[in-house]
Amino acid sequence: MAALRDIQNKISAVKKTRQITRAMNMVAAARLRQVQERTERFRPYAEKFSEVLSSLSEGMDPEAHPLLAQPENVERVGLILITADRGLCGSFNMNLILKGQQFLTEKKAAGQEAALYAVGRKGVDYFRRRKVEFAKIMPGVMNVVDFDLATEVARLGLNAFLSGEVQEVYLLYSRFISLVSQVPTLEKLLPISAQAAEPGEEAGPKLEYLTEPSAAEILVDLLPRYLNVRVYSGLLETSTSENGARMAAMDNATRNCKEMINNLTLAFNKARQAAITTELMDIVGGAEALKAG
Amino acid sequence: MAKQILLEVVTPDKLLLSKEVDVVVAASVDGEFGVLAGHVPFLASLAIGEMRYRVGNQTDYAAISGGFAEVTGEKVTILAEAAELAREIDLDRAQRARERAQKRMAQAQAEQLDYVRAETALRRAMLRLKVAGRTQAV
Repeated sequence: MAALRDIQNKISAVKKTRQITRAMNMVAAARLRQVQERTERFRPYAEKFSEVLSSLSEGMDPEAHPLLAQPENVERVGLILITADRGLCGSFNMNLILKGQQFLTEKKAAGQEAALYAVGRKGVDYFRRRKVEFAKIMPGVMNVVDFDLATEVARLGLNAFLSGEVQEVYLLYSRFISLVSQVPTLEKLLPISAQAAEPGEEAGPKLEYLTEPSAAEILVDLLPRYLNVRVYSGLLETSTSENGARMAAMDNATRNCKEMINNLTLAFNKARQAAITTELMDIVGGAEALKAG
Repeated sequence: MAKQILLEVVTPDKLLLSKEVDVVVAASVDGEFGVLAGHVPFLASLAIGEMRYRVGNQTDYAAISGGFAEVTGEKVTILAEAAELAREIDLDRAQRARERAQKRMAQAQAEQLDYVRAETALRRAMLRLKVAGRTQAV
């Protein structure tokens, strides 16, 4: 009888787990929609921005602005690593962290130092356990991704770059391909490369602008803002990926729970049948003994 | 009726405004400029300042916290990292922001970067108050 009770307990435990994973799946789905909406609303801004930037930067001298200047030798690089704050989303965080780790190892092999800026708690936790030094940590910020956060993160990179602390700044984030596929992506943020400022598919006729103040001065104003735009879209992509990954992971977990419940129910029924059979055998055996007596 | 020009105010969070208007006046870093339909292509860096636009007899205001404006013959696009229409400004919040910025400026004399940042915040708060005041006066 004890075995029966055990199985029953297990079944109800798994059922509770399933309830939780199902709820988490739905929460992730709702959040995913929210972030996607944000991305949607951000798109016109981003598009217009790169359009203006590309028409301005045409014919500009790459040395004209400190953010465009390619460094002669790179001694120290900055890495901005974006991860999620929370786990339970499959290998999502680990993929990002491993890519970051690989980047750090490569840079070390090349004789360059690296300064790590970690956005999101999971990345912070991982590298702290491994006693990697941070230039700056920002745990617990991925819950609400807004433009202010992007500005703050971009300013970290910008300040380090302008003060000469680092000669290059990279951004590592997760690109959202689909619900089942998110790819950790490494991009060079600073110095801004000339191609990045010029999207290739631009086909429309170029307008000659009057500018106020001069084009060069506008560019000075524009380029730091361009960083904000890049970082913001990185943050949005990562947040979308996180929720997508969590949805998939929780969906899987729910399915596994269902399978376990099926197996356990089968085991329970078998055990019950066995118990009944044994009992019957006892009774029959007893009756036979009486008759013989 | 004179020709109208399409005014679009775009922020990272949303398309704040998209409207056919008669005239737009905005503040560039070098001073105010006005735009009518058929303006030559024009690009300006915007200061923290007020933008106003007129449709018929109605003039509306918005607070623009820096950014830039692109003008083509039939369209004005204002790209701002933060912008609010006058009627949407939260007066209490702006007032609190002003006090906070003033306090911070008083403390941050020593550190130059903080001082500049606080000053920018103060300018934004003052602008919001000013723009919000415009609607109440009407």
